[in-house]
Amino acid sequence: MKIKSQILYCLISSIFLFSLVSIWKVLSTLQGIDLQNFNFAIILTLGIGISLINLIIGDKIHKAIKSIIFAILFTFVDGYLLQLMPIWYNIGIFGILIFYSFKIDKYNQKNLKLDHSSQTVVFEFLTLFGIVLFSFVILFPFYMMIVTSFKTQAALLINPLDFSINFAQDIKELFKSYFVIFDTYKFGRYILISTFVSVGTVIVTLIFAIPAAYAVARLNFFGKNFLSTSILIIYMFPAIVLVIPLYTVFSQLGLRNNVGGLLIVYTATTLPVAIYMLQGYFKSIPKELEEAAIMDKLNWFGIIIKIILPLSIPAISSVALYVFMIAWNEFLFSLMFLDNPNSFTLSRAIQYLSGDAETPRQYLMAGSVVVTIPVLFIFVYFEKYLVSGLTAGSVKG
Amino acid sequence: MSDKLSKIEKRTAYILLLPAVFLVFSIILFPIFANVWISFKEVGLKDIRIPEPRAKKIVKSLKDRPDEIKIIYKLRNSSLILDIRDVKFQDKIPKDFEPLNLDERCQLKSNTIYCNFGNWKAKYKENFQIILVNNSGKKIDKKEIKSIKPKLSGKSDNILLNTNFTLKNFKKVFFQNEFFDLLSTTFYYTFFGTVGSIVFGILAAQLVNQKFFGRTFMRSILLFPYVGPVVALAYTWELLLDPYSGTLNNLLLNFQVIQEPLNLLGQQYLTINFFGFDLKLRLALTTVIIFEIWRYFPLAFLFILARLQAVPKELYEAADVDGAGPIQKFISITLPQIMAVISILFMIRFIWNFNKFEDIFLLTGGASGTRTLPINVYEQGFTISDIGMGSAVSIVIVLLLLIFMFIYFRLLGRRADEN
Repeated sequence: MKIKSQILYCLISSIFLFSLVSIWKVLSTLQGIDLQNFNFAIILTLGIGISLINLIIGDKIHKAIKSIIFAILFTFVDGYLLQLMPIWYNIGIFGILIFYSFKIDKYNQKNLKLDHSSQTVVFEFLTLFGIVLFSFVILFPFYMMIVTSFKTQAALLINPLDFSINFAQDIKELFKSYFVIFDTYKFGRYILISTFVSVGTVIVTLIFAIPAAYAVARLNFFGKNFLSTSILIIYMFPAIVLVIPLYTVFSQLGLRNNVGGLLIVYTATTLPVAIYMLQGYFKSIPKELEEAAIMDKLNWFGIIIKIILPLSIPAISSVALYVFMIAWNEFLFSLMFLDNPNSFTLSRAIQYLSGDAETPRQYLMAGSVVVTIPVLFIFVYFEKYLVSGLTAGSVKG
Repeated sequence: MSDKLSKIEKRTAYILLLPAVFLVFSIILFPIFANVWISFKEVGLKDIRIPEPRAKKIVKSLKDRPDEIKIIYKLRNSSLILDIRDVKFQDKIPKDFEPLNLDERCQLKSNTIYCNFGNWKAKYKENFQIILVNNSGKKIDKKEIKSIKPKLSGKSDNILLNTNFTLKNFKKVFFQNEFFDLLSTTFYYTFFGTVGSIVFGILAAQLVNQKFFGRTFMRSILLFPYVGPVVALAYTWELLLDPYSGTLNNLLLNFQVIQEPLNLLGQQYLTINFFGFDLKLRLALTTVIIFEIWRYFPLAFLFILARLQAVPKELYEAADVDGAGPIQKFISITLPQIMAVISILFMIRFIWNFNKFEDIFLLTGGASGTRTLPINVYEQGFTISDIGMGSAVSIVIVLLLLIFMFIYFRLLGRRADEN
């Protein structure tokens, strides 16, 4: 039992070390460093060695000193193997080793004898591994999106793996792709259209949804249950089955290539979820407040404006943010309804840009950065309000 | 009194609901029913343009007669298929001008020429001429004459409104269209996408449910793929996966993991030699599924995390006392607790993945074995330009969806009963 968990500890911790070092090597390769080998065998042996020494030493030496010794040792061997690496690469390796040594420090001969210690070791390292891997896999495309937008086609042809950004160059050169998409491809206009459509959708949706949600939450009427379930069912219906009839009708009414037409469609598709989220919140407002208002002879309109609205600012703002994000990200309807470049939204403009095979990819990525940044910014900044709404199913997709 | 009040209440409710219900009805419910109508018709993309009578006005001066001017109207029926009935034409002429030998279909009334052209067949064309005589003796301003636009009107059948129905579209959908290929691709994509996103959702939720430095930060970034715009993410992936300039292939080649670049989005099958057996992997479809998992596991993650945080701590403490290990704890405590969420998630994700259009459309456009039903709706309707066929495929989707939803709501209902 003792031997088994010690072997497991050595193996899995060194595999963890290997994957950390490998991710660092991949990232360094993308900075234009010529690395062609992960040195699996050597790194693994080194890792096993370090974790064994850690077991033997235990806490006879202070953990900070121990970590520094391990880190210097590893960096030296790695540096010797690879030869002539830039200093920042070695600093990175050094940092990884310090982190790693701190993580393995808590394992000693004593706690590896406990029950389930092998399972615990596996679980703990899998957790660490998972955190690193998930972060890498999620962030890598976003990282590539940003760095590609700062490169030039020619530089990428010379070395397709060199994504290092040269900060020494002129600002105009550095942000060239952004200047081009704003000057040549009129992205300024598309930002305005996207903003107009999204904000417009938010306003119109709220104007329609608040009274309806109030009625569903508070008033008794024939068909109320039917309506509540219909909201959910309608929400499940996908845009793709609406596209053909809407396209035909909008063509005949001359509403295609018209931002107003798009706004109507976005409003209708976000209404069910807006009503659903708002009515849930309205139900949680104490009824007594409204009863007092009825005594004061306020009508329904007055109740909504004077009592419900001020009390539900948080819910309304989170619905507003969602509707904004849905409308901003929407692609299918903008593809169907807009084919005149003068009325494109951002998403549609990027898709149009990619339709031309000649378009350099850094322009495409610059456009992608422009369309992504506002949404991620809103999401991170208002995350508190938004996360609970996501579990209520507010973003379909 | 209370009776009156409840009447008022009802009326208010209907007034408050009316605008929202009207909008949802006309933009969502009406199209779903309209699909049924269109799917029984033979309609192409070009048929939905309403035919219009058109006229292009050309003004010419005549060499030998300076006080006369010739106007040519190039008349045509804009439709290649449909006739226009009862075409009426009117155009103003400037003061002091008078038409010479006016066509018998036309007459002049207070400086305006009115014509009645009768019926125009499809593709109808005519060069219609009028000669005007200038009585004032002033110089003729051609631009002024040209700036007056003629008005035309006519009646035509709307192919969408007539009552000629056919079963052709449905026959084509089921028999000529490799329908079962489509269906199996759709189910393959939906099922593996759903299962994958739930599995990764569970893993991520397990991770974030533990205490570590940067946990809230981790939770935010895990949601990035879900909230980012699909266009930007799909194109980024496309660039990453490109066989020649893509970063992934170049990295793999650089570290000698593969010897030749893989066309991950453009190759239908990848043959893998597995202990002497040749296994055919549907490469492009698998890539698209991986993108789908990457983009949608955050939803599963959030649902499951919320559930995990509600699991009472005492259960785990009791398990510790009993000497259970991490695996046992997961199997006998965590899994039963999140089972309900997982089954609901499975249905939601299944329904939504079944309808996914944008992701595949942007990544592969439905090529190399990734054609699903929603992609087929688009292709039939707008690439092949057969609106009727597109609608018929939509109907198939709606019917399948109704079945899934029926199951889903039964499931929800049972859950509600149990609690």
